Amino acid sequence: MLRFVVRRLLQLIPILLGLSVLLFAWLRALPGGPAQAALGERATPEAIARYNELFGLDQPLYVQYLRFLGRAVQLDFGNSARTGRPVTEEFLERMPGTIELTLFAMVFAIGVGIPLGYLAARRHGSWLDSASVIGSLLGVAIPVFFLAYLLRLLFAVELGWLPGSGRQEVRIDATRITNFYVLDGLLTREWDAAWDAFTHLVLPGIALGTIPLAIIVRITRASVLDVVNEDYVRTANAKGLATSTVRRRHVIRNALLPVATTIGLQTGLLLSGAVLTESVFAFGGVGSAIFDAIFARDFAVLQGFILILAVVYVLVNLLVDISYGLLDPRVRVR
Amino acid sequence: MIIEDVPPDAVDRSGRPVLEVDELTVTFRRRGEQPMRAVDGVSFAVAPGETVGLVGESGCGKSVTSLAVMGLLPRRGVQVGGSVRLDGRELVGAPDRALRELRGADMAMVFQDPLSSLNPTVPIGTQVTEVLLEHRDLSRKDATAQATDLLDRVGIPDPARRLKEYPHQLSGGMRQRALIAMALACRPRLLIADEPTTALDVTIQAQILELLRELVVDSGTALVMITHDLGVVAGLCDRVHVMYSGKIIESADRHELFARPRQPYTGGLLASVPRLDGVRGAPLHPIRGSARDVIPWAEGCAFAPRCDHAQDDCLTEVAGSTVPLEYDGPGRELRCRHPLEYPRSPAGATAAGAAR
Amino acid sequence: MTAIGDVRRRRIDELAARAGQVPEGEGGVSLTKSAFRRLRRNPVAITGAVIVVVFLVVAAFAPLLAPRDPLAQTLLGEIRPGFIPGAREGFPLGADELGRDLLSRLIVGSRQSLLIGVVSTVLGVVVGMALGVLAGAFGGWVDTVVMRFIDIILSIPSLLMAISISVLLGQNQWSLVIAIAVTQVPVFARLLRGSMLAQRGSDYVLASQALGIKRSRIVFGHVLPNSLSPLIVQATLSLATAIIEAAALSFLGLGDPDLARPEWGAMLSNAQDFLSVRPELAIYPALCIIVVALGFTLLGESLREALDPKFRR
Repeated sequence: MLRFVVRRLLQLIPILLGLSVLLFAWLRALPGGPAQAALGERATPEAIARYNELFGLDQPLYVQYLRFLGRAVQLDFGNSARTGRPVTEEFLERMPGTIELTLFAMVFAIGVGIPLGYLAARRHGSWLDSASVIGSLLGVAIPVFFLAYLLRLLFAVELGWLPGSGRQEVRIDATRITNFYVLDGLLTREWDAAWDAFTHLVLPGIALGTIPLAIIVRITRASVLDVVNEDYVRTANAKGLATSTVRRRHVIRNALLPVATTIGLQTGLLLSGAVLTESVFAFGGVGSAIFDAIFARDFAVLQGFILILAVVYVLVNLLVDISYGLLDPRVRVR
Repeated sequence: MIIEDVPPDAVDRSGRPVLEVDELTVTFRRRGEQPMRAVDGVSFAVAPGETVGLVGESGCGKSVTSLAVMGLLPRRGVQVGGSVRLDGRELVGAPDRALRELRGADMAMVFQDPLSSLNPTVPIGTQVTEVLLEHRDLSRKDATAQATDLLDRVGIPDPARRLKEYPHQLSGGMRQRALIAMALACRPRLLIADEPTTALDVTIQAQILELLRELVVDSGTALVMITHDLGVVAGLCDRVHVMYSGKIIESADRHELFARPRQPYTGGLLASVPRLDGVRGAPLHPIRGSARDVIPWAEGCAFAPRCDHAQDDCLTEVAGSTVPLEYDGPGRELRCRHPLEYPRSPAGATAAGAAR
Repeated sequence: MTAIGDVRRRRIDELAARAGQVPEGEGGVSLTKSAFRRLRRNPVAITGAVIVVVFLVVAAFAPLLAPRDPLAQTLLGEIRPGFIPGAREGFPLGADELGRDLLSRLIVGSRQSLLIGVVSTVLGVVVGMALGVLAGAFGGWVDTVVMRFIDIILSIPSLLMAISISVLLGQNQWSLVIAIAVTQVPVFARLLRGSMLAQRGSDYVLASQALGIKRSRIVFGHVLPNSLSPLIVQATLSLATAIIEAAALSFLGLGDPDLARPEWGAMLSNAQDFLSVRPELAIYPALCIIVVALGFTLLGESLREALDPKFRR
């Protein structure tokens, strides 16, 4: 198991290096180059020339790349052209919100998706089955940002049941420790702040979780239908095991293997969706920062955020691979 | 390799059948398709300690028969008729709960493909102990101890270690032994083995058959052997029922059947097996066509289209009546209008070959 | 080719046919035919096909079908803050925030949306296929290099990838197409490489090699055609994703800035500001996107069912 993990970690190195080359080249290829990225679109030619000299942009490319890499390893991605603050600082400030949001979305998608997919398969051919199939098809066909707008319009604007923007009501003066607002509220025993932060997660979380939900329902359903016809389930029945034992030990356990793989792949979808959902709900996480950076042409922020998110994504997938090894003994041995 | 130290008097040798199958029919009904009768009026019985073979090509209904006996056919789209009695208890139409109590405890089954029949994500040990825990009032510890014992008895070396391993870590023969151990865990009265050696290497096949034979002899279990392999029949079975297109077409004791097959189909099966003691270069005589080339029993003999001995009355049936399964000498039954004939003296009667 | 070559070729075809996964070409008629027969009986496939065909026809004849000029700001005089003209004679769905006929814009917009979806998917398929064949056919270091490259692309979440490319190439419809195509490439490359590798070890390929058939012939004559059906399925499904992704990029302000080409994604994002006043301005283009995406998905899923040997019979 340890060897498996170490090998997977080693395999990451070329990918991370390639990623850094790609994003280095990206910033270089942008009209105006890194100087403009750092100074903003309205920088004068003189300022750009001064910047280039200052940061060694007149040096050969490989020297520049090595510098970029050296700084990236120290988590230095330059400063935002818009706010002038270090990119890393902005990222760390905003990441907790996005983590809270994606966690909520994932828990929602898994918590609803697996039972629903399982029930649909158990009642194969029933109205519940058809409804969940149609629903899951619709779920992947709806543009995320449109769904987000609809939810906001209906439940925040029209009905007023849930907050429709931000992460916390302005009037609540909460103590900040970790920047995970719900967690902060719990840690400081400011229960209403925690609850308020939680309600702010519900609508964007559901919007964000819909696509993963649809996919998880479909995979679970298909997988349960497959497993039910497996020979080992017949064996389990031939042994006269109670129906509940057959289902728990022999059907559900095996049916969840492919579901586990998809859950890992959903992380990418979630990070993509977060950009759209967060901007609809003005959520103030990493996603809305990227949205703002696109409009402000704040390339340093874009480069830094995308690079960090890509690394996060790669690491999450590594974790999923490892946990898959725990679930399926056949992978562990190989 | 004795399954359990059974006192001799505990073994039921009364001869009263453990399993009685009477006019069993299984019909598959799919939406938008013609109902398909896979098993059509099959009757046979198995006594304690007896081994009965159900023989035929794939698709003849032998596996469906075994699943119907075990109550393992899906409830939806399948209609089971007739009667199946285990020690006198009627199983057809019995509630699922009652069947689950019997399965694994009083009747058990060994399947064809040991790899796919074992759950890949559950250790062997759990898969053995779960039968014991389900049917016997045992602590987990006692169940594990018994499971170790069982694996040892079916000839798996180092059973304590094997219990913790997963199916993919075992060899094919080991897996089948493990499956047999599971089936025998509660010392069932009836064991059904559905092609238990087909997926295994030849050398392993012989070991598994030997194991099964010992188990039957020692514990008095009734064994139903489902196979297309006449070698298995010759080595193991007391009585043989040959099935074709959902019906039994010939029943006989093993020696009788191999010495004088009466149904041309049985004769064909025997003739298509190469023989070591045959003349070198002597051609094999395969049966023409495949099991798909059948006619419905209502229109004559289902085998007639492939039969070398078929005559006109085999194909044009007298309105409504099927070829009957009739008495054909002591211990024999036959469904054929024009069976293979043998000279009076039994000495020269090796038209198709004796037991290997 | 000599006569011996022909005999060999025929034997390979026989072997390939026996492998169960028959190529589209000579021997494969029965498979394609039977897949088609299954499709025709499947109501899901018919629904998907009808949706796709209807939208394709609408897109093809858009200028003829549109009742009005989609660009003319006819009702401009009536537009005041908080009021956007609703449905009336000549304007079945009303007008947008600039007084342009909504129905005409939807009809003409189908062209752009479908075009972006189709072109980007075709581009993604072609490039992905080339990379996949390269990796799958040569193996060794070529495979390693190609797959590492694919892994790097895959390590960036798809929308972020599309954003970076769009930003890099500037705002125009081709940058949109390329951005979406790049996110599609890895899927097709992996798919093709996977199925080629799976077949490389299969009996019929070994048999072909044993018969001394040239590698290029095995790859292009048998392995590649056998890999096509999953590719077609995936491409159909990807069309749906591409159209949705295009809308998302429009929403992020990275769409086609040319106002002369109405497009659903852009219409949808523009309408967000008026959502509480006139929700239908957003709902109609959204419905178009959803229905088209659904159509391609249904078609793709039923194609998968029809072509997958597991579902056969």
